[in-house]
Amino acid sequence: MEKFTKLVSTAIPLNIENVDTDQIIPARFLKATNKKGFGDNLFRDWRYTQAGEKDTSFVLNNDSYTGSILIAGTNFGCGSSREHAAWALSDYGFKVIVSSFFADIFKGNSLNNGLLPVQVSEAFLNRLFELTNADPNVNFEINLDAQSLSVLDTNESEFFEIDPYKKLCLLNGYDDIDFLISKKETIKQFEISRA
Amino acid sequence: MKKTLFDKVWDAHVVDSIENGPDILYIDKHLIHEVTSPQAFNELEERGIPIFRPDQIVATADHNTPTLNQHLPIKDDLSRNQLDALSSNCQKHGITLYKLGHKYNGIVHVMAPELGITQPGMTMVCGDSHTSTHGAFGTIAFGIGTSQVAQVFASQCLLLEKPKSLRVTVNGTLRPGVLPKDVILYIISQLGTNAGTGYFCEYAGDVFENMSMEGRMTVCNMSIEMGARGGMIAPDQTTFDYIQDRKFAPKGEAFHESVAYWQTLPTDEGAEFDKEYFFDASEIEPMLTYGTNPGMGIKINGNIPKINDSSFKKSLEYMNFEAGASLLNTPVNYVFIGSCTNSRIEDFRIAAHYIKGRKKANNVTAWLVPGSKQVEAQIQEEGLKTIFEAAGFELRQPGCSACLAMNEDKIPSGEYCVSTSNRNFEGRQGQGARTILASPLVAAATAIEGKIIDITKHLN
Repeated sequence: MEKFTKLVSTAIPLNIENVDTDQIIPARFLKATNKKGFGDNLFRDWRYTQAGEKDTSFVLNNDSYTGSILIAGTNFGCGSSREHAAWALSDYGFKVIVSSFFADIFKGNSLNNGLLPVQVSEAFLNRLFELTNADPNVNFEINLDAQSLSVLDTNESEFFEIDPYKKLCLLNGYDDIDFLISKKETIKQFEISRA
Repeated sequence: MKKTLFDKVWDAHVVDSIENGPDILYIDKHLIHEVTSPQAFNELEERGIPIFRPDQIVATADHNTPTLNQHLPIKDDLSRNQLDALSSNCQKHGITLYKLGHKYNGIVHVMAPELGITQPGMTMVCGDSHTSTHGAFGTIAFGIGTSQVAQVFASQCLLLEKPKSLRVTVNGTLRPGVLPKDVILYIISQLGTNAGTGYFCEYAGDVFENMSMEGRMTVCNMSIEMGARGGMIAPDQTTFDYIQDRKFAPKGEAFHESVAYWQTLPTDEGAEFDKEYFFDASEIEPMLTYGTNPGMGIKINGNIPKINDSSFKKSLEYMNFEAGASLLNTPVNYVFIGSCTNSRIEDFRIAAHYIKGRKKANNVTAWLVPGSKQVEAQIQEEGLKTIFEAAGFELRQPGCSACLAMNEDKIPSGEYCVSTSNRNFEGRQGQGARTILASPLVAAATAIEGKIIDITKHLN
């Protein structure tokens, strides 16, 4: 997994609540057996019309908005456990998702792929939407070590929570498999103890 | 200290705890299917890591399988490739696979309980959010992502923060025509789609005590639709009777020993939950959803609420419904009875009982998709197939089918589908398709009438 320490970027606002993983990546695109290329179909049915044309009213098709931060409405990533949603967001180029609430499985999947879910207060989220709506070029800084999301031009900032173990993993680029394998003897002992 | 059902099962599976970090939780059974496993197999292969406990993994093909002509080669290249990958991965690693056409093949959350793989007090995972279904047995069962599938492959364990506890109690007697599906749709409509996020939910009270295992599975299945990673119901005599004599259930003395342990699992009197909700069974009526998440539900004879919110408006626009309107008399051209929520034998018995002697409306395409080969066989043995065919319903072969429309079973754009599945998300049943979630009884009645009717006025 890639390390994550700090990111400065503009952001793309997706002011929709309860964005489910079927919207992030529809089921018909889950037939691959590798992790690559899912970004092409990220938000497929919002990005393209049924005739396959770009829907210019959708924010990802608005050229004014760029950057590797997605700011989304509350309860982002609900529904299906498909990790393809995290792969699609990463593959498209996102490194951070900001919302006021994340669904459990999506949050775990993101963290396991070096995609940082930053949970902020409802009020701060609304402020971020306000700022990005007014100016697509506003820059944000996400500092994982300090657990802060800051607006570079205005000095507004909010602290965000993250599981200390997961933070350590992201800062160092570790994943859970290495850790679990290092515990194999303990796991075997546990199996013997309950047999 | 007084413990909940969840505490007892969780604590019995903690291998170790990391200071200021997660627990290492041991997983008894790992279910896999073709869509969320290939990348996990690849990951292990690339890193040269062996599968730690292949005999604790069971595989089935369900998400991406056709529901017609399963004996023929699969036409779609990508689907076939994914199923072939599952077969070769299972063969390479010595994992039991019930592939397409096998007598035990079926939707992962239907086939595992009916084979007795699911047992009280276990921990079970699967790369599928509806793994919560197995909680009906007093099992800690939850959906995981593919990275976690790889972790379980490598170590039979997961690193997890212990979730908080939530209990939903429903007491009283259900009204006629109110099914387990209505109970869970009602709960979600009251609590919303994220009330359970970060929690494991226990369902308690006479309504669940009096429910069949099939009904309990329907309820626990949809726990994830209110955000809860899993749902659980205390094991009791109904649970033990269901498990006894199933293929992988403990036999003879071992069964009695197991039951003795299972009887210790229910939540201790006075154990505390982080959050509790109480509902009165008599308040619940047959339910319908009108929007694009499962929390957007109303009583069948109710009206769509009026909410001034852009996400709400977007949702109604997608569904082509008006705020304040009733759903009664909405013409419906598609009906789907199936999915891991409602594709067990009891669901088809309920549908057949209503359908018997009636005919499907001409405008309706009605798909009945059994959850497993065993359910399919039972439909035939019990004579339900004859009833369905006489009424003009199309009985297909087992699989996830139109619940997520990964295969050919798609609802056309703009069409309403009254569906017994679990998600009414935009495009879930096909691009532009409009899903109305309901019980198998409401779905059957819709197919007969060609429109939504108030089922409470049509019961004998």
